[in-house]
Amino acid sequence: MARQPIGDILLKVERITLSFGGVTALSDVSFTVREREIGAIIGPNGAGKSSLLNVINGFYHPQDGQITYKGTTRSKVHVHEAARTGIARTFQNIALFKGMSVLANLMTGRNLKMKASILEQAVYFGRSKREELAHRDYVEEIIDFLNLESVRKIPVGRLPYGVQKRVELGRALAAQPELLLLDEPMAGMNLEEKGDMCRFVLDVNEEYGVTIVLIEHDMAVVMDISDRVTVLNYGKLLAEGTPDEVRANKAVIDAYLGIAND
Amino acid sequence: MGGEFMFFIETTISGVMAGVMYSLVALGFVLIFKASGIFNFAQGVLCLFAALTLVGLMEKFGLPGWLAIILTACVMAGVAWLIERLVLQHLVNQDPIILFMATIGLAYVLEGVGDIVWGSDVKVLDLGIPQGAMDWAWDNWNLYVEKLEIVAAFVAALLVTVLAIFFQKTRIGRALRAVADDHQAALSVGISLRSIWVIVWTVAGIVALVAGIMWGTKSGVQFSLSLIALKALPVLILGGFTSVPGAIVGGLIIGVGEKWAEVYVGPLVGGAIENWFAYMLALAFLLVRPQGLFGEKIIERV
Amino acid sequence: MIYRETGQYKTSYAADQAIFPIAQDRWVVLALGAVAFILVPVMIDDYWANAIFLPLLCYTMAALGLNILVGYCGQISLGTGGFMAVGAYASYKLMTTFPGLDFALIVIAAGVITAAVGVLFGLPSLRIKGFYLAVATLAAQFFLVWLFNKVGWFYNYNATGQITAPPAESFGLVVTGAATNTSTTYLFCLTFVAVFALMAKNLVRSRVGRSWMAIRDMDIAAEIIGVRPLRAKLSAFAVSSFYVGMAGALYFGVWLGSAEPTEAFGIDQSFLVLFMIIIGGLGSILGSFLGAAFMVLMPILLKNFMVDGLAMSAVLAKHVEITLMGVLIIFFLIVEPHGLARLWQLAKEKLRLWPFPY
Repeated sequence: MARQPIGDILLKVERITLSFGGVTALSDVSFTVREREIGAIIGPNGAGKSSLLNVINGFYHPQDGQITYKGTTRSKVHVHEAARTGIARTFQNIALFKGMSVLANLMTGRNLKMKASILEQAVYFGRSKREELAHRDYVEEIIDFLNLESVRKIPVGRLPYGVQKRVELGRALAAQPELLLLDEPMAGMNLEEKGDMCRFVLDVNEEYGVTIVLIEHDMAVVMDISDRVTVLNYGKLLAEGTPDEVRANKAVIDAYLGIAND
Repeated sequence: MGGEFMFFIETTISGVMAGVMYSLVALGFVLIFKASGIFNFAQGVLCLFAALTLVGLMEKFGLPGWLAIILTACVMAGVAWLIERLVLQHLVNQDPIILFMATIGLAYVLEGVGDIVWGSDVKVLDLGIPQGAMDWAWDNWNLYVEKLEIVAAFVAALLVTVLAIFFQKTRIGRALRAVADDHQAALSVGISLRSIWVIVWTVAGIVALVAGIMWGTKSGVQFSLSLIALKALPVLILGGFTSVPGAIVGGLIIGVGEKWAEVYVGPLVGGAIENWFAYMLALAFLLVRPQGLFGEKIIERV
Repeated sequence: MIYRETGQYKTSYAADQAIFPIAQDRWVVLALGAVAFILVPVMIDDYWANAIFLPLLCYTMAALGLNILVGYCGQISLGTGGFMAVGAYASYKLMTTFPGLDFALIVIAAGVITAAVGVLFGLPSLRIKGFYLAVATLAAQFFLVWLFNKVGWFYNYNATGQITAPPAESFGLVVTGAATNTSTTYLFCLTFVAVFALMAKNLVRSRVGRSWMAIRDMDIAAEIIGVRPLRAKLSAFAVSSFYVGMAGALYFGVWLGSAEPTEAFGIDQSFLVLFMIIIGGLGSILGSFLGAAFMVLMPILLKNFMVDGLAMSAVLAKHVEITLMGVLIIFFLIVEPHGLARLWQLAKEKLRLWPFPY
């Protein structure tokens, strides 16, 4: 399927300042993402990248600035509200439900789409059963997409790291998000796994039309798959633009990328 | 001075004394929680077990008080070693809830064994600690102040001072503080976690012995002694789980609060408020300041 | 070999998600059901009912409730005894105020009332975890026992302070009071437990069950899938208290007949039910059954062995029993924190191959 064109602004983050006690994590950071775009956030460790994602999806509340998502402007978001408006994410240190199977974890992603009341669920036969099966259908497509068939029923805690990362992506996808925030989705993976994950990310964007914001350290990946790159350093915005523009930006080279030794 | 006012003073002093007794028990909890992150539900039963052993040694073997105390302290050290060997060692990386439930199991074991070995009838503990009204207070101000409780207050103060010196000045004390702070880091500088735990539980056992002596002299050595463990929870909520001064202050607040509530509010609602007042107070505290007066605030990061 | 699954493949998700997907399991459950519903009522006598079956059923109901809160949602409650008391006293008041009401309805109503009380005590505890929650539930435990001891309205101002269940009927059969038929009371409790165990199983494999488990496993992450931690915890409290309340009503009305707060609903009960779910298996419906059976049968077996077999005094036997309970708790927590239910699962795994080695 050909990739659909990038649309209007989906998320606009303006002049965000975030501090914890004496430490300033983000200082006057602004950032925009358009529909169906793949945007990357890069920068040295401690630059505030994860904090920025946490602000977007509501784990942290900024002291200053505002967030405009799908036309609504807010000074802070609550996590479950963000989930309700179509934002899903993955984490640096996997945040899966270790006691549940892969299938159950993916089904939790469908949580907001399920409407049956507690009583209906207790009885099961009827509306609740229909719902469960319908969502199971949808989740199975994601299992197929991510090649997780063989590990469906295994408790997530027992799976290798790379597989857990895929499951986390699957759970985020199960929610049918409009905006997907990925925090270092390829950390700790070997070359082959990274290639697979890249493919997944691109397919998600192409097939499901999902807008993606990802934090990554692997420059090859970032330059290859992203449409726009934002660079953070010490909590401040350093540069912003297409991959080529950022790669050539002197400030970025000095602070982060460095120059190839010939 | 007015009779009302004197009664109020008496009640308050009585509350303070009760509070000191609670603090003695709470101290044991704080020690273990600081060093291993475990809330030791069996602390109260440790008090009972220690007191039972003491009385048993004195009655069955006719040993003089001071010798029995020393021997009991050794027994408590032995118990600590066994607990570490048989229980703690195997539960090292488990959830705090699992550890907590293990200490509930421990409480049952200690209670059962204590009863089997020494019998479950009520025993009198007489170590020659002065009891009865303080003549001086009674003669001059008509105040009833229990001598035993004054002794308890002194003992508690002494204990806290000794513990404070122990923690600050000795090498082992330093190691304990390191372990309380960060298990991994302590391991990496060569501190043996297991020996530390045995030491901590021994110290907690000795604290339990002291508390057991005080409570046992006051109301006899019997099963209800172990229920004091339950009262210690509100004390710790108020004071903070990791704070020695917190245990003292929390104990005092609970002790005084309970007495005031029982005396002044009790008659309005039929009495026996003491059963639950401490918990309600703790509950209210939880809503306002979960980490207690002196505890550390816990921040969770994603 | 017994548990060979070869040849049993599922052709629909519905079949895959059934409660007992393996045929052998279905046969076992059907057999057990036949024994329980048909054989036992015919053969049961007063001793077996009062010593084993009735307490077993009441405690299973309580264990189901507590397991939902502790095993599935990861919260802790030391107030089970107090909440059983709420169910018992609620049923007592309903029975005495509305004498003609069907007892089954009374039990359910008692459950609903207990759910409301549970939510009330649960509300302030929602922002705290672990030991702090234990304190809140302990507060509930002591307060409730005190309340039912002191406030005369609850025991209809009678002189003894005890409550005694008046005769009440369900579907035309007498199930409480002095003049009951053993088979009837047994079947009444059995039906309640069977129906509500099934509903509990349905809940834990549906959306709400998954949200509970999400809270248990990582409550910070649960929010990102849209679970509201406060609501999920409250619903766990509510459903759990509902079950515990019904258990209390059955416990008082059908089994004990009369009760007094401290003895019947004291903190020992709270520990007992907690032990049941630990030994039986946290987060397992089957575990609730197994744990209840274990804790009801063990004292009887022990007493028979020690007092009759070894001629120990009853007092000594009691102490040994207490010690043994503690040892078992610690043993299970160390060796198999998932309890008897997991041991059963492992046994089934072994039975896949047995008698072959591989």
